[in-house]
Amino acid sequence: MDPLRIVVAKPGLDGHDRGAKVVARALRDAGHEVIYTGLRRTPEEIIRIVEDEDASILGLSSLSGAHGFLFPRVCELLKENGLDDVVVFGGGIIPQADRPALFDSGVRAIFGPGTPTEEFTLFLNEVKSRRMSNKPVGVGFSDGWHWS
Amino acid sequence: MVGIGAEFMAESELVSQASQGSRRALARLLTMIQQGDQESIDSVLSISPVQSIGITGPPGVGKSCLTDCLAKIFADRGERVGVLCIDPSSPISGGSLLGDRMRMEQSGVHDRIYIRSVATRTSHSSIPLRLKAMISALSIAGMDRVLIETVGVGQTEIGIVSMTDSVLLVDGPDRGDIVQAEKAGLLELADVVVVNKGDLPGSEQAAANIRSGLALGPASSVPVMVVSALNRTGIDELVEALVSIQSRPSVEIVKWRHRLSSAIMDELVSRSSFESAVKDLVEGRVSIEQAIQNIIQQ
Ligand code: B12
Ligand SMILES: Nc1nc2c(ncn2[C@@H]2O[C@H](COP(=O)(O)OP(=O)(O)O)[C@@H](O)[C@H]2O)c(=O)[nH]1
Ligand SMILES: [Mg+2]
Repeated sequence: MDPLRIVVAKPGLDGHDRGAKVVARALRDAGHEVIYTGLRRTPEEIIRIVEDEDASILGLSSLSGAHGFLFPRVCELLKENGLDDVVVFGGGIIPQADRPALFDSGVRAIFGPGTPTEEFTLFLNEVKSRRMSNKPVGVGFSDGWHWS
Repeated sequence: MVGIGAEFMAESELVSQASQGSRRALARLLTMIQQGDQESIDSVLSISPVQSIGITGPPGVGKSCLTDCLAKIFADRGERVGVLCIDPSSPISGGSLLGDRMRMEQSGVHDRIYIRSVATRTSHSSIPLRLKAMISALSIAGMDRVLIETVGVGQTEIGIVSMTDSVLLVDGPDRGDIVQAEKAGLLELADVVVVNKGDLPGSEQAAANIRSGLALGPASSVPVMVVSALNRTGIDELVEALVSIQSRPSVEIVKWRHRLSSAIMDELVSRSSFESAVKDLVEGRVSIEQAIQNIIQQ
């Protein structure tokens, strides 16, 4: 079976990269091809990378508090560029109160500090099975489903 | 909206859209090729591929930063540049961490540059399967030049850089890894050698050491340059050296030997009889000589 191609991105000026690297390694060890963008990417750069790499999954990491602007912006640009099938998930320091708005914008899961890495795999398995049964899961299809 | 999802396009449609400049169609086409989709592979192989440069050297010497600088310069000259960054896949999990883009800050969003990270996947030979078809796909999509970054200086890289028209070998000021490259025979294939991180002490000395090493052998005319990807010094001179490379007959023989043996390997390994031969071997039913016969006779 071909591995999933996953972009792990650090949007904005946030310089915390430990979590993103932990996640990137965990996803690699789970058998995926992980493209790590490095720090300080604009939403436009991230879209370009997802498109060029033909990635089907995009992971966003933010610990600086700018998720409320950056995550929806990335989702919006994905849709504008016809990348509706891409599944977006994220993590970092993201207060519970901020999450509903992110889910509304198309993010399908948010994982906070201390999440065991096995949970990412459970989420990706769910994504695969939803895709298989033609249930919407890409950023461009809002049926309200998100991982909880 | 679903739109025209590139994943539902026929191969011929993908090729035609890619040749009209659709990055998405190109991206999808490369995925199909890497997955071994025969129609996609056949649809690109007819084109004669554009010039390719292999950029190789030990980890950490600055290949990605240098590739970034080179792609940017070629693109600023009006060329369209395709970049393939090759990294190994874990033989156990099958996963791969593709981190070269981290360093590609100048070329990451340039409209004339297309960057793609490529994992070696199940390649049994030294080269990611179908690398040749990937170069052809980039050529069809209108690239004028292809840069291929590989990791390491061992036997593995000889196979990869043999696929390219010219070879840039990168070393650092204090590494001396070039000795490994020499042992592996990689130094003989190099068209240009650079010592990167010229901003750090020891780089001129490292270049002098390499020059004196080369002076004794058949590659004595190969330029050895000091550059800094960080400060962007020496890069224009490097580009000049790269565009004026002359092919050397002694090197062509070596390259064609590797190309042919890799192609044979790809061909045999992708046969269904290969997998059954592996199974037979595991279960002790055949000797390795019989297994080879079984594969060849398919
Ligand atoms: C280490 C650290 C630093 C280090 C960063 C080192 C580095 N290279 O990463 C240093 C010292 C540099 C630093 C600096 C700063 N920090 Co700091 N830092 C932390 C600290 C203590 C730990 C972060 C960490 O590395 N955790 C370990 C990793 C593994 O966990 P993680 O990142 O959370 O990732 C996990 C999950 O969140 C999730 N995840 C994360 N990303 C993703 C992505 C995807 C796709 C998925 C699926 C999952 C996922 O999975 C991971 C594994 O479980 C946190 C506090 C905390 N407890 O989180 C503050 C913290 C993040 N920092 C904070 C601040 C304010 C700063 C500074 C502004 C401080 C200052 N005044 O100078 C600077 C800014 C730096 C910058 N340029 O952005 C605040 C942020 C406040 C906010 N968001 O409102 C925090 C929360 C501390 C606090 N309580 O105030 N920091
Ligand atoms: N001082 C200095 N550091 C450099 C230079 N080029 C790259 N680096 C650094 O070397 C490290 C490895 O670079 P990278 O391009 O990823 O190397 P690669 O593994 O060969 O692809 C990074 O930290 C770069 O910032 C240079 O010219 N001078
Ligand atoms: Mg690199």
